[in-house]
Amino acid sequence: MGAIDAVGVSKRYRLDRKREVTALEGVDLEVGQNEFVALVGPSGCGKSTFLYMVGGFLEVSEGRILVNGAPVRGPGPDRGIVFQHFALFPWLTVRRNVLYGLEERGVPLEERQRVARDLITLVGLAGFEDVYPKQLSGGMKQRVAIARTLALDPEILLMDEPFGALDAQTREMMQDELLRIWGLRRKTVLFITHDVREAVYLADRVAVMTARPGKIKALVDTRHDRSQNAAALMASPEFARSVNEIWEIVREEALAAQRLEARSGDLGSPSRP
Amino acid sequence: MTRLAASGRYAPLLLVAAGWELAVLSGAISPNLLPRFSEVMATLWDLLRSFELPREIGVSLLRQMIGFTLAVVIGVAVGVTMARLRLVDRALRPLVTLGYPVPVVALFPVLVLMVGLDHRLQIIVILLGSILPTIVSSFNAARGVDHYLVWSARNLGTGSRRMLWKIVIPAALPEILSGIRTTLSLSFVLLVAAEQLGADRGIGAFALRAGQNGFYTGMFAAILTIGLMGFAADRLYLALMRILLRWQEQE
Repeated sequence: MGAIDAVGVSKRYRLDRKREVTALEGVDLEVGQNEFVALVGPSGCGKSTFLYMVGGFLEVSEGRILVNGAPVRGPGPDRGIVFQHFALFPWLTVRRNVLYGLEERGVPLEERQRVARDLITLVGLAGFEDVYPKQLSGGMKQRVAIARTLALDPEILLMDEPFGALDAQTREMMQDELLRIWGLRRKTVLFITHDVREAVYLADRVAVMTARPGKIKALVDTRHDRSQNAAALMASPEFARSVNEIWEIVREEALAAQRLEARSGDLGSPSRP
Repeated sequence: MTRLAASGRYAPLLLVAAGWELAVLSGAISPNLLPRFSEVMATLWDLLRSFELPREIGVSLLRQMIGFTLAVVIGVAVGVTMARLRLVDRALRPLVTLGYPVPVVALFPVLVLMVGLDHRLQIIVILLGSILPTIVSSFNAARGVDHYLVWSARNLGTGSRRMLWKIVIPAALPEILSGIRTTLSLSFVLLVAAEQLGADRGIGAFALRAGQNGFYTGMFAAILTIGLMGFAADRLYLALMRILLRWQEQE
């Protein structure tokens, strides 16, 4: 039994009374305990939709998603989510953002203070506890979001293009940050990205999705020797091979997506609810 | 330098005052139609010193504050609830949509019959006139809340009942507050209209009576006072907004 088991998952959106869009069609995916799986695919293929269904924010139209063997019924503390645009509460300071989930779950005061302190240190934001999110850079905001999510110590981390809104340098730094944190707090991670290098660099396995309606087209093992440093890993031939292999599939699907877009331009991609 | 710039912001007003004074002095505008600015200011000073005007201002402000506060409290509550609960939305939407374009002044005769010509009348006019814009702007503000914030909070354990207080209202606060700011100016318009339609006290009633009695400097002094009251209220409100929204990102 995996941490996440998706079997024949489909998602349809109703556009109006007569028209329907199928965002996902028969997705099967198993993510093992403490495994890091990245999900890549052309934009609009429904990869975020899939993540939101695992998170319990959207309902499955067909099929089922099991988390640790139990069907998903809405969001839960076992699955923490991190969004692309951080979704921090701007009216709360860094500390209050990190404390939020602990307060809502009624964790005793002393424990919550300790957890928040540890996490803020873990993500490298010590000294910024009392500032508002507006005073932080994008990378720092995402660190707060990660700390806020880790506060409830979820078994599963769902990450929706978490570094997609960051500049290239910050993104690379955050990737290493994530690997460092993941090394310290081992968790199952489902990571959405459209950046193939990022997926290969971070993940144990990369699942490639087809254009809409999305399904899993290929699963590529990308478990690399993590003892070498990042630069050496990215320069290695096996890394290049994985990237190319996945790139080819994504490119094919991106072209297919463009054709699809051209044919049904009026439908567009279904708006997220 | 900044102090100079700040005082420079009101320079156009000084120009208007000077232009007004000169236009009457030079005879371009007959002094029978428009008293000189300096005369109006002198009358304003007299009326303030004799406590004649401050009394009327007090009465008016009391009416404005009660009507406006009620409109804000009820309006925000109703608007935000409509945005969150479909049932409330269904029940109230037709009322709001139909009521929105109806000027309160049109209801005036009915209101007079219902409550008579006392303070309650002005308060109700301000309340009715301010509440619908407040409902609509709060509704839109709450509807516009980023759903990722709501999802994050749900993920962190906030149930749908607490969501309103914990997330929706704070997240919508900037927009709710700027909606209320528009309503604040509107409430002064409503105040004066209500006082001129039927009241013997208040700054609006004073302006009307002064005009009817040919006391034009007094009328203009009262009109200036109304403008200053609205301006001062807006400045105060802006200062309050800045405190409440000190966390907000500046565009």
